[in-house]
Amino acid sequence: MSEISEEQVAHLANLARIALTPQEISSLTTELDQIVDSIAKVQQVATPDVPATSHPVPLSNVFRPDVVGETLTIEQALQNAPEHDDNRFRVSAILGEEQ
Amino acid sequence: MSDIIRLTAAGLAEKLQTREISAVEATQAHLDRIDAVDHDVHAFLHVSNHALDAARRIDDRRTAGEELGPLAGVPLAVKDVLVTTDMPSTSGSRILEGYMSPFDATVVKRAREAGLIPIGKTNMDEFAMGSSTEHSAYGPTRNPWDLGRIPGGSGGGSAAAVAAFEAPLALGSDTGGSIRQPAHVTGTVGVKPTYGAVSRYGAIALASSLDQVGPVTRTVLDAGLLQDVIGGHDPFDSTSLTDAWPSMAEAARDGARGDVLKGLRVGVVKELSGEGFQAGVQSRFDETVALLTKQGAEVVEVRAPHFEYAVSAYYLILPAEASSNLAKFDSVRFGMRVQPDGGGTVEQVMAATRELGFGPEVKRRIILGTYALSAGYYDAYYGSAQKVRTLIQRDFDAAFAQVDVLISPSAPTTAFKFGEKLKDPMAMYLNDVATIPANLAGVPGISVPIGLAPEDGLPVGIQIMAPVREDARLYRVGAAIEALLEQQWGHTLISQAPALGGK
Amino acid sequence: MAKDALMDYDKALELFEPVLGFEVHVELNTKTKMFSHAPNDFGSDANTNVTPVCLGLPGALPVVNEQAVRYSISLGLALGCSIAPSSRFARKNYFYPDLAKNYQISQYDEPIAFGGSVDVELPNGRLVTVSIERAHMEEDAGKLTHVGGSTGRIQGAEYSLVDYNRAGVPLVEIVTDIIYGAEADAPELAKAYVSTIRDIVVSLGISDAKMERGNLRCDANISLRPRTPEGQPPAPLGTRTETKNVNSLRSVERAIRYEIQRQAAILADGGTIIQETRHWHEDTGRTSAGRPKSDADDYRYFPEPDLLPVQPSAELIEELRAALPEPPAERRRRLKAEWGFTDLEFQDVVNGGLLVEITETVAAGASPAAARKWWTGEISRIANLNGVEASALVSAQDVAAVAALVEAGTLNDKLARQVLEGVIAGEGSPQEVVDSRGLAVVSDDGALIAAIDDALASQPDVLAKIRDGKVQAAGAVIGAVMKAMRGQADAARVRELVLERAAG
Repeated sequence: MSEISEEQVAHLANLARIALTPQEISSLTTELDQIVDSIAKVQQVATPDVPATSHPVPLSNVFRPDVVGETLTIEQALQNAPEHDDNRFRVSAILGEEQ
Repeated sequence: MSDIIRLTAAGLAEKLQTREISAVEATQAHLDRIDAVDHDVHAFLHVSNHALDAARRIDDRRTAGEELGPLAGVPLAVKDVLVTTDMPSTSGSRILEGYMSPFDATVVKRAREAGLIPIGKTNMDEFAMGSSTEHSAYGPTRNPWDLGRIPGGSGGGSAAAVAAFEAPLALGSDTGGSIRQPAHVTGTVGVKPTYGAVSRYGAIALASSLDQVGPVTRTVLDAGLLQDVIGGHDPFDSTSLTDAWPSMAEAARDGARGDVLKGLRVGVVKELSGEGFQAGVQSRFDETVALLTKQGAEVVEVRAPHFEYAVSAYYLILPAEASSNLAKFDSVRFGMRVQPDGGGTVEQVMAATRELGFGPEVKRRIILGTYALSAGYYDAYYGSAQKVRTLIQRDFDAAFAQVDVLISPSAPTTAFKFGEKLKDPMAMYLNDVATIPANLAGVPGISVPIGLAPEDGLPVGIQIMAPVREDARLYRVGAAIEALLEQQWGHTLISQAPALGGK
Repeated sequence: MAKDALMDYDKALELFEPVLGFEVHVELNTKTKMFSHAPNDFGSDANTNVTPVCLGLPGALPVVNEQAVRYSISLGLALGCSIAPSSRFARKNYFYPDLAKNYQISQYDEPIAFGGSVDVELPNGRLVTVSIERAHMEEDAGKLTHVGGSTGRIQGAEYSLVDYNRAGVPLVEIVTDIIYGAEADAPELAKAYVSTIRDIVVSLGISDAKMERGNLRCDANISLRPRTPEGQPPAPLGTRTETKNVNSLRSVERAIRYEIQRQAAILADGGTIIQETRHWHEDTGRTSAGRPKSDADDYRYFPEPDLLPVQPSAELIEELRAALPEPPAERRRRLKAEWGFTDLEFQDVVNGGLLVEITETVAAGASPAAARKWWTGEISRIANLNGVEASALVSAQDVAAVAALVEAGTLNDKLARQVLEGVIAGEGSPQEVVDSRGLAVVSDDGALIAAIDDALASQPDVLAKIRDGKVQAAGAVIGAVMKAMRGQADAARVRELVLERAAG
């Protein structure tokens, strides 16, 4: 049922912000098709009556009191930045609009 | 080879406490060993420049009469997935080359507070994606038992480091077997604690609902000592359990001493045997089962009908969570930045960085995870996988209603050769068939060495699994099996590992 | 920016029915952020209110702020919502440089509150019940500054700078159901709805609710559907646009009116509406095209694995319900009575969105009448002139201080207006402006009498008229005296004194 196309992989790469090469798109298309074929078997037993589990050990209401704690110094905040202007991280011009 | 490095962590700790050995001596011995053999093994991505200073401080405190923790002064290797303030943290990826964290992972912080000496960061598959360390961006780690073979993965560096006596203790992380499978193929001990028993804060996330940090050691007792240091509630990790835990070291001592196997109800998981399992792995496992029976354990076969869907569910849940967890590597706040030819927008810079910064396996899984979550496919893939997770938990519940522990071989094969499974991702994925169910259900698991496979002379491990929160049971039973086998052999398994070259 | 064709508003309403929907984001005023113990402070130096969580550093993990959950439940209850016995967080995945992790922690299919309604009173007295689909918790993004290019906007910028101080500030997003039947009142309804939400969050004390600071933000969805002759089924819903960047009550109203006129012109011309975001430009009073909706908007929501479900106990919900302030409609009725305003006066206040300001000004010691006079009068006038929100100009404390100065006779109305001007211009507190500009009225009768005597002496004919009983003639003298005093006198007192001196 999978039959993944190269267009689809290119679209996924765009969603995942990875500039895949055409060769990578082509080989990934083949690999994903095989992988998805084999993992699609989860659908055989995932019937509507079975609830989904997202946490292996159920907990709830894990909260933190609203109390200010230690923050990073500006040096720590910026120490790994590829580029910054004074206190701010610098990035190239943005193409897309804000979400 | 210095005797110091041959000591178990517990043994070394004792000599440190009696001041027969100083922390500086212990640390220097291991640094020398790394110097001598790591060129061949390549367990380490970084060796600490601060270890001797830290050791000196421990010695000073001890001299001053300060009461120190039981492992104070014992060197510790740290998987590179855990962030550290005094060493780079790369998670085996180019994209994080040279990254310096402004904070320590909670487990590292606790280890330091307990006086352990972090001596270096160990190699791993990039972002813990793999079962062989062949996916490390910095080259593979070699198995000390046979340098032409893989040390397992993703935590091959930590397992190889303890197997090669470069460190008595190491920290690992286990998302689908990354602690237990390397232990299996290197003749060492690895524990994946109950999900939430050990803090994930500061562990660079692969799949948040599966990841668990745990000990990598040469003995069950050493693992217990280390889990006692790193475990317990951490308010910085919402999924951290608030339970009061018993001492795992005590449980291990109890197991090694006593007759815990008598009357123990042991379930052999039917689905984790037979086809796909190497003959020598199966035969060593069967012998261990016979030994357990002889010791008075009630061994029964247990069915876990949904385990056959575990690998599939895992390879949907893991990539899905990973695709989101790894989105933060975008070249804005930290990490590598690649400027495309002729400049480019921030979107293009991000895409170019991620193209060059991530290796092929990481890209494969990000794309797969993006697919599994995308509109129109969520229910069929991610949603279904989360349901399988429920079914696997039910299998565990049903099994643990009958037995105290479940056992299986820790992995279907012994260490394979480099390149053997690189071309076939699914074959690589299937190497985790025995370990994955525990991660999906959150239950704890341990791998303990049980001998060498007759056909290749390589180590084999047994996996023991217990119900959620029953980590102590693993240590009790694991230590009992370890003690029995060593008594039978007259030596430890790791002592049979080939001597490595060097000084 | 090309000018859009606009249809006459009344004509547009004849042809089409406006269909509305609102998403209002409320920034909560907790001490710390939603998922990190970093301070939730406005106006700090860039990237100083950050922790590893805010920057999305490797290994960092979120932990939910309990106060933010309590505030969200209170808000849900005040909106008449049911509180979910179990709700959870989800990740909304998209890449953007202001989003540190490149996913936003939000709520998706299991919001904390759902199914409420709010009564909204329009200026014409009409009461509209707006039903609330849901209110959910999420985190704010960081702030981008676009550098280079001519506009300071994203288009044409050379590069951008990112400050993550705002990243992770707790938000509640309130989503309405589709609103039909607003008809010609659509713009007023929009404004009144946002104003009502603002009143609610302020009375709950859970947000500073300053629109100009982005504490309260409204995204307005608008579509038009053609009217069909009576007896025929209604036409299907039209394509909607989502107008963003609407940062004042006034612009909410204007933006809706603009979109209705713009869409009507396109549809009447046989064109089609593109499903897109529109950006409101306060300066030009127009909207411009933003991001079109496309399949790139695949947010790949999934349950946030780092966080656990929120399952408030019935006791907690009842505790918070019991602590709710009175509902807005009731509150308005009470305030109107307490303040003694006429219907017209009170309507003026409500329409100006000034309930909060007047409440605060009265709390700061001013009389209700004085508070109303200054807020609906001079301050609103200056605000309208500059196209900003009245509340952004001056604080309630300052207005109360001005009123007190008038009350004490230190200022007359004219001077008080100048003082307000000074305060708005940033010259300091009212007292500081009085001092620095030397604006106090001359309360020394001696100085006034001297000026009056001078004026009377130079206008003997006027003096004669006053003495003949033609009191209105005194105006000329009063004018001359006020001029001589450069306005810094109490005109009533001058009048008294003029009559006294003339009577001689």
